Formats: sequence, structure tokens, C-alpha cells
Amino acid sequence: MLDASSQAGSSRSGPLLSAISISKRYGDFLANDCIDLDLFSSEIHALLGENGAGKSTLVKVMYGLIQPSGGELRWMRQKVVLAGPSEARLLGIAMVFQHFSLFENLTVAENVALGLPPTESFAAISARLEETARVYGLPLEPKREVWRLSVGERQRIEIVRALMQNPKLLILDEPTAVLTPQEADQLFLVLDRLKSEGRALLYISHKLEEVKRLCDTATILRGGKKVATCDPRQETAASLARMMVGADIGEVKAMSGRSVSVPRLVIYKLSLEPDDPHGTHLEEVSLEVRGGEIVGIAGVSGNGQGELFSALSGERLSPAEGAIVIDGQAAGLLGVTERRRMGAAFVPEERLGHGTAPRMKLSENALLTGHAASGMVKKGFIDKPATLTAVDRTTKSFDVRKAKRDPEAVSLSGGNLQKFIVGREILREPGVLVVSQPTWGVDAGAAATIRQALIDLAARGTAVLVVSQDLDELAEIADRIAVMFHGRLSEPLDAAEATRERLGLLMGGANPAKPAGPQEAKHAVGA
Amino acid sequence: MLDALAQIFSLIFSVSFILTVTTASTPLLLAASGELVVERSGVLNLGIEGMMIMGAACGFAGAYMSGSTLIGALCGIVAGAALSAVFAILTLGLAVNQVAAGLALTILGVGLSGLIGAGFVGEQIVQAPRLYLPILTDLPVIGRILFGEDAFVYVSIALIVAIWLFLYRTRAGLILRAVGDNHTSAHALGYPVLRIRMLAVLFGGACAGLGGAFLSLSYTPFFIPGMTAGRGWIALALVVFASWRPGRLVIGAYLFGAVSILGLALQPLQLGVPQQLMNALPYLATVIVLVLISRTRGTAGSAAPASLGLVFVPDR
Amino acid sequence: MQLVLEKRPERSTFIAVASPLIAIVLTLVTMAILFAIMGKNPIAALIVYFIDPLTDAYSLQEIAVKATPLVMIAVGLSLCYIANIWNIGAEGQFIAGAVCGSWLAVHTNGTDAGFWVLPVMLLLGAIGGALYALIPAICRVYFGASEILTSLMLVYVADLGMDYLVRGPWRDPKGLNFPTTAEFDPVATVPTLIEGGRLHAGAIITLIVVMLATVLLGRMIMGFEIRLVGAAPRAARFSGFNADRLVLFTFAISGALAGLAGIIEVAGPVGHLQPNISPGYGFTAIIVAFLGRLNPVGILIAGLFLALTFIGGEEAQISMKVPLDLTKVFQGILLFYVLACDSLIIYRIRLLRTIRKPVPAHA
Repeated sequence: MLDASSQAGSSRSGPLLSAISISKRYGDFLANDCIDLDLFSSEIHALLGENGAGKSTLVKVMYGLIQPSGGELRWMRQKVVLAGPSEARLLGIAMVFQHFSLFENLTVAENVALGLPPTESFAAISARLEETARVYGLPLEPKREVWRLSVGERQRIEIVRALMQNPKLLILDEPTAVLTPQEADQLFLVLDRLKSEGRALLYISHKLEEVKRLCDTATILRGGKKVATCDPRQETAASLARMMVGADIGEVKAMSGRSVSVPRLVIYKLSLEPDDPHGTHLEEVSLEVRGGEIVGIAGVSGNGQGELFSALSGERLSPAEGAIVIDGQAAGLLGVTERRRMGAAFVPEERLGHGTAPRMKLSENALLTGHAASGMVKKGFIDKPATLTAVDRTTKSFDVRKAKRDPEAVSLSGGNLQKFIVGREILREPGVLVVSQPTWGVDAGAAATIRQALIDLAARGTAVLVVSQDLDELAEIADRIAVMFHGRLSEPLDAAEATRERLGLLMGGANPAKPAGPQEAKHAVGA
Repeated sequence: MLDALAQIFSLIFSVSFILTVTTASTPLLLAASGELVVERSGVLNLGIEGMMIMGAACGFAGAYMSGSTLIGALCGIVAGAALSAVFAILTLGLAVNQVAAGLALTILGVGLSGLIGAGFVGEQIVQAPRLYLPILTDLPVIGRILFGEDAFVYVSIALIVAIWLFLYRTRAGLILRAVGDNHTSAHALGYPVLRIRMLAVLFGGACAGLGGAFLSLSYTPFFIPGMTAGRGWIALALVVFASWRPGRLVIGAYLFGAVSILGLALQPLQLGVPQQLMNALPYLATVIVLVLISRTRGTAGSAAPASLGLVFVPDR
Repeated sequence: MQLVLEKRPERSTFIAVASPLIAIVLTLVTMAILFAIMGKNPIAALIVYFIDPLTDAYSLQEIAVKATPLVMIAVGLSLCYIANIWNIGAEGQFIAGAVCGSWLAVHTNGTDAGFWVLPVMLLLGAIGGALYALIPAICRVYFGASEILTSLMLVYVADLGMDYLVRGPWRDPKGLNFPTTAEFDPVATVPTLIEGGRLHAGAIITLIVVMLATVLLGRMIMGFEIRLVGAAPRAARFSGFNADRLVLFTFAISGALAGLAGIIEVAGPVGHLQPNISPGYGFTAIIVAFLGRLNPVGILIAGLFLALTFIGGEEAQISMKVPLDLTKVFQGILLFYVLACDSLIIYRIRLLRTIRKPVPAHA
């Protein structure tokens, strides 16, 4: 709890932390361009912007992780230069990262101790950690190893660790990306409590409804620049979106009345032990995806989506050949190359390192999935011109922006690389497409292109399976949605019945009753 | 047959055999202890053989020219650390692939040791003195084993105990383990990953150098080119065998020490097995142990530090 | 001031080409300093090492003779190393091939066997090397054991095994108790290419190997697989390539090439089997592979260069009393510089101003 005088003092005398004309340059690229931002106590301030707008960079500057190329920071009106996170912590700034800084093979207590200054004994930290966690309603067991915990529990470690420093300013970077809607509600209660204790909170997000619900002020970034500071409660989601994106993004047009044909991808009672001991068991996963439809699989990451993808692509073989059926043929025991020959295509979650080899050229990355069945290999020899043609076609059809004709994959921005990877597969006109997190970390323009491409592909008769953590995305494109939890797949719901509440409960492992009737449909996601 | 077994049995449990095992295991334990710390910080240093042989050559040179075992040991330590510093510059400073750099280190170390040691081949020094405590060393059976060893042996035991305390009972040790587990998280929390790894690498080099010095100062009182005979590589296997835990490392070192001299010890029994096969025992045993240990762990997952061998270049 | 390493947006082609040259220059400078410390005239020593061997025909032949096994082994190793598969046991595979091929030579010695002997010996050498290399490969694929350690341990085992054979069952009965087999018959000997010289047909085989490897890596899907597995293992799996199968394949090929080099060396320049048939070819080949940037043509050049230093080193030992170990030191230093320069292809070094100390905050 902060004492009342400092609380009153700072609101009387000005902002707690000010960013004044902060710029950050990486070579030619300006990640932050003269940004001004003021943070006050007892206030939740949102930092809005789409992926790539510069939010994470700005926040890392405020936390001392990165040094600004220009501008300065002021703490309670005094100029400060933060050499590193420990200096920021000394001032009273704590941060909960989007990607957790945790050590899987160490215990909760050890993880917390590593994030705190070495002034307390380990035993004292352990005790205080349990206490703080309990007080704020985020229970934790000090002696458990982190790899045993779920994503939501891991985030608790990050939050409790931050709270134990009694911070004046708490920064949260996309905290609800990995939470079920119910867990997100829990988090909001904690944040409101922190606000009432007099702390300042900086909440980074691209989720407009959340921000409208939770935050007092919002600063919007676009292309590295500050576009506006406003009161989100006075704005509509549409006006906020327009400020974030700069224009009205063309709405993704779902083709109504798409004709749906036979099941082209069938998963039948797939049970699989994980490769990795920290992985998830798949338990009797069953699903049918018909030609012409898009089926979505929702769920917080870490519930078996990765394992399911590996099983579908053929990177891992199934126990039985009938566990996976593609266009009527049993494929469970076939490898990736053979499945591609059967007309299946796959887009994995990780662009660099899994979907592409980062330091290889795009033409070689086209060969990566193309060698199976796209005429790029003749009698063991590579047809280089054919690979280049594939790159050109993909570039043209999917508007991939790049510096030269055939650059290394790593030199493309996230959105452009994702367009290449998705385009590479769609141009093969597959009969079945499985894609995981299609627009994660991708700017709004590229995201719209990709989603439209998926819809158009389905309209041409392909069976499309989309695994995504983004409920809004699934709402936009999926005809039916199932939820993955602890390696089990729920029965798919029709999009109209798949309300945020129901999906949220399923993502959290509960078993909601079937919808009562028409009034439920009014709350349907995306309505 | 039974008679031969009985003979082998009585030989293995004789005092002289146990003493020999201790001396055979000490260089392994010294080098492997250092490498355990290095690998726990996330770095794979394959150059132990090179650092050990440098320790042997420089240690001998130092002891020969000064007349003191202690100076010799210090020379060995410095030599090992200096060589490991080159490795650190390459892998930590220039993000070079650790396997390639480790191999380069071995080749360089072996070559340099030949150069330095060339002038001392054929020379001999006074062997490292052994401890003598009036009543304790004269105790039957355990006397000489526990109280009659040379300083290297005691240091090797004290070292591994100190390492255990460091890793599990100090904050610095916790930080080191964290760096080995996830260098990205450690960096995000503000810990100087590269500096910690560099200190670990230097420590590992010092230990390997000391292990090599033991060979030319105590195990034998002279220097022969190539006298490490692959012990550096066996030390690497030991760290894997020990699942990166100090307690198991001691067991492993003594087991391997025993196997490595088994051939020599069983010679008087005239068992009719070719000498070369006996000499090959430690190497064959290493292969077998590696296979067995990796297999049993296969289902339980790797116990290796998660960022072992991975290159780390911090974002600015 | 602080020096930091930063990733380049794209690989620097300039450094990619210039790096081996820069490394060589740096090594020469270091060696000159070393010579000076040892009390020898640096310029004179460098000339003996690097220039003299190029001046007479005999030395030039010797360079080719020494380069033949180095290049052959290194090409095989490069296939492994590109895929991040670490075969360190080439020395042992060399010996295994020499032993397997020699078996036929020893057992047909003195008989009236025909011209089929040599080709079969070469085949046995390759097979022997391949099988010996499959041991660490199988240990890795089926048991998850580190191939670095297992392949290396087997070097010592192979060495001891050969030692036993030449001192025991295969020892030449007429050889005055020397540990060596009888001299191989003419049908069991690799033919020389030049009358009276030592350059032998193995050199031709090596050149063919280099050409085949160039085609494999540059133009064939198998070459792409090798490169992909090394560059991005998860992407390789996603591409449909089986990493286990690749481990077995690359180990077998490199083992076969090392074994072939072994039997060629024994049946050619040496003429019989004895302990120490190799002055560490299997390990020097590792340096050749890296110096040649894991590229077959580069390896050919690097092999010739290192062979040059072997000959130069022998000459320097005689004429300037420089210890033979210096050659090994040179090779180690060269490898270090090559690795360091290669790192600059992907990274660059920047000088950063250190952060000013923060102004203490108002409490």
C-alpha cells in the first residue's frame, strides 16, 4: 500500500513517470518516433496499437531494458537515465512481460527470488511470496517447479514477483493474450485493486473491448508515432480501431451460404504421448472438417495445440493409420511429404525456425514445402527456376513486401513473412489446409489479407482448420469452433452458438450447458 | 574360472588397488568438476583435453624450474585458464559455434603443450609430497587411503563439495543455474549472462589445468607428450553421466578411474587377454555408459541445462 | 566504451569471401611472433614453411600426396558438419578402413591373386569405415548418446585394435619382430601416376569425390536436406526430412570416405600396415573442413594449403630445428582465426558508449 501523501503528492505535482520525445532507432528503422506519454498514480493507462506499432519498444525503454536514441524519461519531474531494469526497479517500476522471464527447471520461489534484489533471505522471500499471492487472490506454491504450471499460473508468478517489489508503477504487456476470458476477469479485479491502492498502471493491449472496460486513459501508437491520447470510455471500438490502424480496414467478407461438401480431414480418436516430457498428452481427439468450411480450434496455448499440429502435419506419426484421414485415405502412419502429396498443406505457429529457415532465401523456403509435390525436384535435382517462380507468384498474389527478389527469410517483417508462408501453401491449391495462429504478431493489413485468403480458399472447396488463441479472429472467419483443453477437444459449436462466455468456460476446462435458446444467440461472439 | 574370479575379487578390494583408483580418478574428478560448472552455465567446452595437457606441460615446466609442486600446480591452473580465455573470447565474444571452438581449443592445446613440453621430456621432478599425520596415516586399511594422499586428491574432494554448496546454497549459484536454464530470461531480468559464463569458463579451464598438472606432478613425476590419453574427453562423458549433479559426478569419476586402471591391475593375474583390449577398456566403457545413460533418460527427458551450447547474443 | 556483437540484417558477402584470407594473414603474423619468441628468424622460418615446398617438384608431389587423404576425409566430414552432426572419429574410421582393406592384402600376400585385389581392397576399406562410423550414429539415433564423445572414444579403440593386429596375428613372420605386416604385393598396391614419384591414383579419386560432393550440395535435394537440417532442424522436420536417417547417412558416407582414404594411404604411400599410419589425418581433416568453409572446392584448396604446412613443418624441423608440434599449433591457431572471421559474416562488432550512471530518483 502506498502512503496517502505520496499519492496525493504526485497527482498534485504532476505525472509519476513521463516519457518526453522518446525515439528509438534500429538502423534504418524508427521503432519509436518522438513519443510523449504521462503516467499518473491511481490511474490505469492503456497503450494501444496494432502489432509492430512500437508499444513493446517504448515500454522496454521505460523499464531500462533498451536505451532510447533520443528524448528522455522523467520520474516525478526529475530526469532519469535507466541503465538497466534493476535501476527501474529501484525507482519503483515493475513490469510483467508478455513473454515470461521464467526458468522452467527451477521452483516458483527460486524464480521469484531471481527477480528480486538480493536484500532478503531466500526463506523470507518464500514466505512473503506465499503471503502476497494469497492476499491478491493469485495462489502459488513456492516449491513447485515451473514446468509443471499452466500458462495462467506462470503469469501469476510474474505478477506476484512484480507486486512483491511494492511498485509505484506496474507495466503489463498484453497480459490477457494467454488467459481464458474468466481468468482475464480475475486479473481485472486485481488491477482495479492495485489502482485503488494508489499505484499507476500501464496496460499494453490491442484488444479494444478490454481497454474500454478497464482503462481510464489510452495513448494510441501507430507506426512508431503517438497518434492520440484519449478517454477510451468516450470512444467506440470503431473509433479506437480507426486511430490504431489509420484507415478503415476493409471488412473481411465471409461468403454467406457457402456450400459444404464431404469431410476432407477426419481426426478419429487420436491419442498421442508428447515428445517433450513437459508437453501435453492428446486424448481421443476427434474432429471432422468438411470441404468448404473453416473450423476453428480455440484454446489457451499449452493445451496440446502444438502436439495436435505435429500429429496432423505428419511431423509425428499417429498410433493408428486411421487416426488421421485425408480425403478418404488413412494417413496416420504417413510422413509429412506423403501427406503433402495427398493434397494437404500446413502452416505452423512459429514463422522463423519452423515455417521457414530464417537464414535461407525465400526460394529455398519455397522448396522447403514445395519439394514434395510442386514440380520443383526432378530425379533428385532441384529446379532452381521453378523455386524462383514460386516466390514471384506468392509475392504478387499476397503483396509480400521485400527488399529484393530473393532475400533471406529473416529480413522480412512479421506480416510479410506470414503472408509468404500462408501464400506458399494456398497457391498449391491444397484440399486440406491446417494453419496455426495465422495472424499472431502480424499487422492489421497483413492480417486482413491472410484471413480473406483463408475464406476464399474455403470457398473454393478446401477444408480449412484454424488453430488460434484469438477469439475475435475465429469469430470473424470460422463456421464452427471447438476448444482444446488439456489435450482434449470439445465438441465443435456452430459459430452462432459459440459465445465468448461459452468458449471461455471451455477454455478454462468447465463444461457449460447447452444454450437455452434464442436469447443466447444475441450474445454470440462477433454479433 | 572360479579361482580367477576369486583372485580378481581379492585384488579389487586390496588397499593398493583402492589407492591406485584414487589417483586415477583424481584428474578426472578435477577436470569434470570444472566442466560441470561450465555446462551448468550453458556453455559446452569440448576443449578439456587441450586444457588438461597444457596444464600437464606447464605444470611440469613450472615445478621443474622452481622446484616446488605448488608453483607447478599454479602454472597448470593458469595455463588451463589462459587457454579457456581464448575459447571464451571466441564463443562468448564472437558467438562462434561452441563445438567447433572446443575442437580448435583441443588441437591448439595439444600442439602448444608439445612445444612447451618438448624441452622437458626425459626430465624428472620430485613427486608431489603425500600427507603424513602421525597416528591417523598409520591406521590399518583406511589410514593411507584417507590420510595419506597428496594435496591434489584432497583439493579435488574439497572442490566438488564447494561446487555443490555454491550451486545449491548460494544466490550466485542460483543465478548461474538460471543462466544455464534460460539465458533469455536471465538477460531480461538484468543478469550479465556473458560475464557469468566467462567466469564459469575460466573456472573450468583452471580446473582442467589443475587436473592435467596432477598427471605430471603426482601421478607420474615426468611429462610425456599426449599423456592425458583422452581423459579430457572422458571427463566430458562424466558430466553427462552425472546428469550435471555434483554428487553423481564423484561416483562417476571413481568408477571410471577404477575401470581405467583395471587392465593394468589385472595384469599380474595373466588372464590371457590382449594388453590392447585392457587398455581399451575405459574408452569402451565410456561408450557403453553413454548409451545406457542416454537411453534410460530418454523417456524422462534430458537433464541437461536447457540452454547448453546455444549461442547468446543480447539485444540492445 | 563497450564492444558489443550485433546481428547483421543479411550475411556479408564480402567477409564470406575474404574471411579465409584474413584468417591466413592473421595466422602468419601470429606465427611470425611465435618464431621470434622461439629465437628463430621469422621471415626465414615463414619462407621455409610456406614458400620452399612450392619450389621443387618433389615437394609439390608430396603436397599432393599428403593432401589426398586430408581432402577426401574432410569432404565427408563437411557433409556431417553442415548438418550439425559432429563426427569427430574420422581418425578411427580411417584406421578401420585401413584394417579392413589390409585384411585382403595380408591374406592374399604371396599368392597368385589377380588384379581384382586392389579394387576389392578399396571397397572393403570404404565399407569398413562406413560400418565403424555407423556405431556412433546408431548410438545417437537409437539411444540419444552424444556422437561427439562416442565417435571419439572409438578412435582410441580402433588405434588399439590395429596395434594388436600388427603386433600379433598379422605381423610379418619374416619381419624381424617389427610390428608391421608384410609389404603388400604389387596387385595390392595403389598405382603411382608419375614414374618414380609418389603421386598416386588416390589423388584422382579425391578429385572425383570433390566434384560429386559439389553437385550433391549445390544441386540435389539431398544436399538441400543436409543444409536445412543444419540451419533449422525444426523446419527440416516440417519439410518432411527425417533427421535420424540423415545422421545415419552422413556418418556412413563420411566413414566410407575416411575408410577409403585409410586403405589408399596404406596401400599407396606406406605400402604395409603398421602402427601410426596416420599423423592425425582424421583430426587435421577437421581443420581442413572448417578452413574450406564446409564447401568441397574450398576444402580442396584448404587441404592443399595444410598439406603445404605439413611438408614445410618437416623441412623446418630438419633445417631450423623447429619442433614438429609447431605445425599443430599453426593449425589450431588457423582454425581459431577462421572461426572468428567467419563469425563476422553474420555479426558485426560495434562500439557503444557506456550508459551514464542514472540520476538518483527523488525518493
